[in-house]
Amino acid sequence: MTPSSKEELADIIRDTKTNLKIRGGGTRTGLGNPVNADAAVSTAKLSGITMYEPAALTLVVQAGTPLAEIEAALVSENQQLPFEPMDHRALYANKGEPTIGGITACNISGPRRIQAGACRDSLLGVEFIDGRGDLIKNGGRVMKNVTGYDLVKLMAGSFGTLGVLTELSFRVLPKPERSATIVLHGLPDAEAIAALCNAMGSPNDVTGAAHVSGENAQTLIRIEGFDKSVTYRTEQLKSMFLDYEMSVVDDASELWKSVKDAKVMAAHSGDVWRISVKPTDAPGLVENLRVNDAAKSVLYDWSGGLIWIGTNAGVDLRALMGTFSGHASRIRGLGKDNFVTQNSGVARIEAGLREQFDPRGILNTGILG
Amino acid sequence: MDMPNPSKFVLDKKAHIVSRLQSVLPTDAVIHEEQETRAYECDALTAYKCPPMVAVLPSTTDEVSAVLKICHEEGVPVVPRGSGTSLAGGAMPTADCVILGVAKLTEVLETDYENRFIRVQSGRTNLSVTGAVEENDFFYAPDPSSQLACAIAGNVGMNSGGAHCLKYGVTTNNLLGVTMVMMDGEIVEIGGAHLDSAGLDLLGVVCGSEGQLGVVTEATLRILHKPVDARPVLIAFDENEVAGACVADIIKSGVLPVAIEFMDRLCIETSDKFSGAGYPDANALLIVEVEGSEVEIEEQLTKIIAIAKKHNPVELRESKSAEESAKIWLGRKSAFGAIGQISDYMCLDGTIPVSALPHVLKRIGEMSDEYGLRVGNVFHAGDGNMHPLILFDANKEGDLELCEALGADILKLCVEVGGCLTGEHGVGVEKRDLMLHQYTSADIEAQLRIKDVFDPKWLLNAAKVFPLASTESRRAQ
Repeated sequence: MTPSSKEELADIIRDTKTNLKIRGGGTRTGLGNPVNADAAVSTAKLSGITMYEPAALTLVVQAGTPLAEIEAALVSENQQLPFEPMDHRALYANKGEPTIGGITACNISGPRRIQAGACRDSLLGVEFIDGRGDLIKNGGRVMKNVTGYDLVKLMAGSFGTLGVLTELSFRVLPKPERSATIVLHGLPDAEAIAALCNAMGSPNDVTGAAHVSGENAQTLIRIEGFDKSVTYRTEQLKSMFLDYEMSVVDDASELWKSVKDAKVMAAHSGDVWRISVKPTDAPGLVENLRVNDAAKSVLYDWSGGLIWIGTNAGVDLRALMGTFSGHASRIRGLGKDNFVTQNSGVARIEAGLREQFDPRGILNTGILG
Repeated sequence: MDMPNPSKFVLDKKAHIVSRLQSVLPTDAVIHEEQETRAYECDALTAYKCPPMVAVLPSTTDEVSAVLKICHEEGVPVVPRGSGTSLAGGAMPTADCVILGVAKLTEVLETDYENRFIRVQSGRTNLSVTGAVEENDFFYAPDPSSQLACAIAGNVGMNSGGAHCLKYGVTTNNLLGVTMVMMDGEIVEIGGAHLDSAGLDLLGVVCGSEGQLGVVTEATLRILHKPVDARPVLIAFDENEVAGACVADIIKSGVLPVAIEFMDRLCIETSDKFSGAGYPDANALLIVEVEGSEVEIEEQLTKIIAIAKKHNPVELRESKSAEESAKIWLGRKSAFGAIGQISDYMCLDGTIPVSALPHVLKRIGEMSDEYGLRVGNVFHAGDGNMHPLILFDANKEGDLELCEALGADILKLCVEVGGCLTGEHGVGVEKRDLMLHQYTSADIEAQLRIKDVFDPKWLLNAAKVFPLASTESRRAQ
């Protein structure tokens, strides 16, 4: 079903007798647990930019709008989405066009997340149809808004379980005038993460901090901004790492694209996991997985706070990691437990919220476990 | 201010409740004598006062849990309180409530510079969070103007902002995790030192929920290294509209100042007289501050000054020293106090799209004439968060009501142009009845359902945020 208005979408949800799988551009179908549904509803016809005010840094779009269309509009005003959303097409080897609704529903963010925040931090307002078929609005199009509860954050990353997004407003930012990337070569993981944490803890406003692990290891530190400022901060950062073999790349956009889209994981043939941790815990966790022969391929982003792990198919990393502060999800590979619920208090609240917004349990049933 | 009638059922068993609370807290942490509970009769919205039945000051998360468990069992309403600096009445008591103050929870629990976070108890003041990491040149970014006094608990409750949000965001963008006690006493951990939640973003909905979903006792906060330096430039204009257009041009240019502050003639003159800041004779004034190293500050200010000059400012004053910077900020920082010296005032907090600034300033001027009450404008222009100050005479019959009516009209205007009722102060009791101007009843219902999940008995701060009529059936359960 492809409704062409939010009213039609509301009717479909209100009248449905079966569970519904929600579809944006269909590029992230492997994300989450398998959905138990007999019918699919697509946002493809809820598309288009409703309002774009470059001077107010705000953009209002319908949920089914392709990301490419949004990026084209932003580029024409020399602006961008701050959170640099990952493109999952390489990882899942599929085609299709990512939509802004899909990105928001999964709270997809990229390397700049450590400096500019996640998708949820740029999201200013939402409009959605909940599981009862009611149209709900929350937030707006201004950056400071504490009027009532913040459902905006709640909807970001709710994977369609609370409602189907119809319209979104975002804060956008100017594109930086210049970008430079310092590359440290050949560092072991622990040293690399320590270097990244050092860079992040300096006043140099680093906008990307990643480490490609293994032979020919590369540790990447990105600086963005005005010309003279980038020159100054690059020099400052270089002086922190004089002991290391180092190079500076002026336009490293391809390099960052491969970090953002986890290209090394796309090339890996087994399962792919994503682990969210405190950065300094990351190398130890990875070392333990390596000892257990479970980490075939490793990529660190977010200064170490995000670890991508390629494993053999069927390996459950959670069983090998024991308790740690953070969480791990299987991003590629078959499994009913790709996502798992958290501690019992939190799980009970989450279940309660899903029950309230989707009392029949018809929206993307099972995707969050 | 309309508040629900106190429950006779609760008031009748006050002695029993006090004795149960005393069984889980030290004696001096349970305040129940009438002359003592008066200290908690209001927050910074001082126009409305009501002493609570009891006030408690627990020292640990476990004590908070024990208190809430008792109140839950006994059906006693609870109003959480940080430092009581809310301008919206967020911590205003009801006569039958227990005020749960977090003032004794002030410890720093963990400081981690490598991973750039600090974990504190929630009664710690905003400024003393920065104080705890300052020696290592770190800071906590959100800086509400009450930061000397306000507690992190209240910051989380109201999703507080400040002058520097344009660059650093508000509380929700700097909050990584909380320890929260549910109304039934259960202790839950949400988020932590890692980024992004595994499931639903509960942290996002807890932040800004005005103490209605749980009592936050600990918070994990992002800390950042201080910028090398900061420097303001003062730009004065003949007309408000031109100043508004200049703000829009600066933002669009790609420069991201840490702050763009706006003052109109009434505020310029009053604060100048009060503080001796030496402000120019002008109708509108902008203070634009940028951060970075010397070369970066120069680079940004050059761009900003070039933009400002296109708008023919009557004066453009670039700070040349720390003293000059302090002087530029002096008037702005003392604006509220200065206005307070000449008149009673009510401070509004609506936010508007930056593009609507000229129109809204013009309309506020017209409305001020219609009502015959003076309005001063001093606000965070970069993010559209306005703080119109309506001057009135508290001793003059009917003036407060007139002032509230003008305030409501200004906030409705903010919503009409695409903004909202409150940018950083919260709804509290103050703007409760205006919620239906911003939200439909379905929108409100969705929010009430969230409270149903966290606090099914509707005991936590239940008479706030939403119009009383919309919550009546739930509160009466």
